[in-house]
Amino acid sequence: MTTPLTTSTAAELARALAAGETTSVELTQAHLDRIEATDGAVHAFLHVDAEGALDQARASDERRARGEAASDLDGVPVAVKDVLATEGLPTTCGSRILEGWVPPYDATVVRRLKEAGLPILGKTNMDEFAMGSSTEHSAYGPTRNPWDLERIPGGSGGGSAAAVAAYQAPLALGTDTGGSIRQPGAVTGTVGVKPTYGGVSRYGLVAMANSLDQVGPVTRTVLDAALLHQVVGGHDPLDSTSLDQPVPDVVAAARQGASGDLAGVRVGVVTELGGEGYQPGVQQRFDEAVELLVGAGAEVVRVGCPSFTHALAAYYLLMPSEASSNLARFDAMRYGLRVLPDGVEAPSAEEVMRATRDAGFGDEVKRRIILGTYALSSGYYDAYYGQAQKVRTLIQRDFDRAFAQADVLVSPTSPTTAFRLGEKLDDPLAMYLNDVATIPANLAGVPGISVPAGLAPEDDLPVGLQLLAPIAADDRLYRVGAALEALLEQQWGGPLLTADKLDEAVAR
Amino acid sequence: MTDLVDYDEALAAYDPALGLEVHVELGTATKMFCGCSTVFGAEPNTQVCPTCLGLPGSMPAVNAVAVESAIRIGLALNCEIAEWCRFARKNYFYPDMPKNFQTSQYDEPIAFDGWTEVEVDGETFRVEIERAHMEEDTGKSTHVGTSGRIHGADYSLVDYNRAGIPLIEIVTKPILGTREKAPAVARAYVAHLRDLLLGLGVSDVRMEQGSLRCDVNLSLSPIGSGTLGTRTETKNVNSLRSVERAARYEVSRQAAVLRSGASVTQETRHWHEDTGVTTSGREKSDAEDYRYFPEPDLVPVAPSREWVDELRAELPEPPRVRRARLQEAWGFSDLEMRDTVGAGALGLVEQTIAAGATPQAARKWWLSELARRANEQGTELTALPITPEQVARIQALVDDGSLNDKLARQVFDGVLAGEGDPDAVVASRGLAIVSDDDALGDAVDQAIADNPDVAQKIRDGKHAAAGALIGAVMKQMRGQADAGRVRELILERLA
Repeated sequence: MTTPLTTSTAAELARALAAGETTSVELTQAHLDRIEATDGAVHAFLHVDAEGALDQARASDERRARGEAASDLDGVPVAVKDVLATEGLPTTCGSRILEGWVPPYDATVVRRLKEAGLPILGKTNMDEFAMGSSTEHSAYGPTRNPWDLERIPGGSGGGSAAAVAAYQAPLALGTDTGGSIRQPGAVTGTVGVKPTYGGVSRYGLVAMANSLDQVGPVTRTVLDAALLHQVVGGHDPLDSTSLDQPVPDVVAAARQGASGDLAGVRVGVVTELGGEGYQPGVQQRFDEAVELLVGAGAEVVRVGCPSFTHALAAYYLLMPSEASSNLARFDAMRYGLRVLPDGVEAPSAEEVMRATRDAGFGDEVKRRIILGTYALSSGYYDAYYGQAQKVRTLIQRDFDRAFAQADVLVSPTSPTTAFRLGEKLDDPLAMYLNDVATIPANLAGVPGISVPAGLAPEDDLPVGLQLLAPIAADDRLYRVGAALEALLEQQWGGPLLTADKLDEAVAR
Repeated sequence: MTDLVDYDEALAAYDPALGLEVHVELGTATKMFCGCSTVFGAEPNTQVCPTCLGLPGSMPAVNAVAVESAIRIGLALNCEIAEWCRFARKNYFYPDMPKNFQTSQYDEPIAFDGWTEVEVDGETFRVEIERAHMEEDTGKSTHVGTSGRIHGADYSLVDYNRAGIPLIEIVTKPILGTREKAPAVARAYVAHLRDLLLGLGVSDVRMEQGSLRCDVNLSLSPIGSGTLGTRTETKNVNSLRSVERAARYEVSRQAAVLRSGASVTQETRHWHEDTGVTTSGREKSDAEDYRYFPEPDLVPVAPSREWVDELRAELPEPPRVRRARLQEAWGFSDLEMRDTVGAGALGLVEQTIAAGATPQAARKWWLSELARRANEQGTELTALPITPEQVARIQALVDDGSLNDKLARQVFDGVLAGEGDPDAVVASRGLAIVSDDDALGDAVDQAIADNPDVAQKIRDGKHAAAGALIGAVMKQMRGQADAGRVRELILERLA
């Protein structure tokens, strides 16, 4: 069911397009066909824009025919998480409250995709307003993991990760507030990058927690992630928090890393992110990967980041605080869902707001709005929001100390492999623990990547290894990530990901 | 009916403490956090974008000109300028708030700890400024229905053109020791602020268009108690006159409450321009918790000291200095100057003089003729639809003999009625003085014929009697005759 057009990497497709061996229309159509064939089982997409994607593909082919390619990736299709505003395409954030909303504008990253000539296949599924680690909190039904359709694809960006893992798209954009790009990457055997905070514009990203959110690439290879990162990254005057400096040359770093040589690179293993609470097979694959890095010349040290143990608690105060305020705008007055209260004649604006928010938000969203409202309340602010900000500062200091000893830090991306659908749905705390290793990076603003590290022996499901680098040193992630990828693929005799399991499941 | 205590009686028992919160809409070309136009009066919801509509995903970016204006206002009020400050979100739900939070400043205002001085009847009062901070305006709700208010409205319309317009909120510390002059001090402060802001060129400060909005806080405490009483915050006080009236009303009302043995409720009150009373709004005791926290979508504002010093050096002359200079230049008496300032006419008189009128003429028109009309309409001088240039032109027509004062008043009528410039009104209403002998001669002959007795007196040498005949000619010519020429013609004919 796959073809070389859908299993190739974005870098290969870009080369083939440049060489005239294929056309954007041909490969966009191939991906649309693949979506058609598999998305009934996977449900990675909330909205597929076949017509729009093909129009963009035709325009791309015309550009290439004129010798005026807009970028290296001109013509390579991409999927976009449904939390990013797309002009003329529905943007629901996985919520009922935005059902049918069509933004009148493009997020900056979407505009950059269009300017670079990447046809947009559609919008991918996600936990409602990016709140979750399994994509089960989507109001439009869960996405399934292509490795095992009974399991979760991670979250909140399970749709983007599953689309890439299912060969429905070579590239996707995700967003990462506490791990929503990296954790889905880990459990689907794909690559996910959370760039440095401010490295990629957030304009048009429907915010969950503005001080933590970051847009990043979801791909099957480290080089592809670098190529996409380069397209969407860089300063944006519309986002005041975006860094006013050029994106480091991540593509060159990925190419350099692919040689597998890590001589002189200092790798810090974070003591607090591993061991107890981590699935044995996850820990095992992680330890083996670290050994590979040593073999490639890296110098491995153990670093302690004691404040990381408070990261989850601080995160679950700061994130809901910001979210509770961000989500206040969904009030039925200007856009989105409007629900009139039952049995009320001529309801007031306030009654309509209440009825709409009650009907339009799911339980997890309501839980976080309540948490955040509480944490910001007068009399509680200092004890909750204020304390959490202090923890955040401590975590930043831990990173500063750690990066004095190591060029990059490593840990398992997620404590476990993909769990079963429904398994943690009734236990929010267990769900939150999925992000225990990814959250510190968001609190400190540092960049992180998850690369496939093999299959856990006990369940044959993908394990992710997380690399973290200092602020604005995203290139280090790509160099070390690409090296690890090359070393592992040598060992495996090819990529970890194959279409076999999914194709068998879909065929059944 | 609310009980009131006579104002003087109230003052005999209680000391008023004032506090003023003034919102100023800045005159920037674009909004506080987006590039939308701020022009007043456009079609509803045409000056909007994803950011000021609060659409999902949109983000704010600070208008640097607004920050500069805020700093200049702070400096003009002798404030400290923060080296580092942030915006904060003030969270509450209201349909005219696109995001259901207002991006404002909370505990880190751009300007703080300032002071200024205002003058009432020759007495100077120092007003301490607590803070001046930046924020965005909300949309404007119109409640449609017989009541005109949200209660009882059939439906409401919201215009988001105003949403996101930059505001500076200027808050005073309690103003004490003003005694019976409290209402006048309140008014003088707002007038002073208006002059100062006009001088800075940061706002058009038109109270009737809401570009300067005032909340009057007032409390009473027993004389000599040395404490502050419970205050009320009266909103919607949108003219200088109303500031004074509202303060005065609250003194009388609160005195009545206190005298009855009850205590004043801490609350928001609404000012009613038409009836001259305040009524209870929501109680502050169960005020909403605004859950302020730093706006995470914006980076801190950190004006460099060099920039602040530069702005300080470029500040215009302070109002007091300016007043002294102008008084000397114009040769006004203290009383004339005080009346001019009190009427909020200083800038208007200055501009009228700049347009060619003499100081006394400029003062005369603004403080008598136009002040009377503004008063009749319950509006401000600046709100009258006439410009200083037009006033100067009317005076020029008087000076060259084309108009007399009586005709000039009719020209004012025409200009204020929107009939066009003075010259257009003179032409369309046919108001120019007639000094043409042919036209005057007939009227003079008629007057002589109609008043033979008077004519005889003049023939007998009683030239003072000519006034009666001039009056008759004027009446006949609807006041448009050149009185001097008429007198000459009468005396010639009756010589």
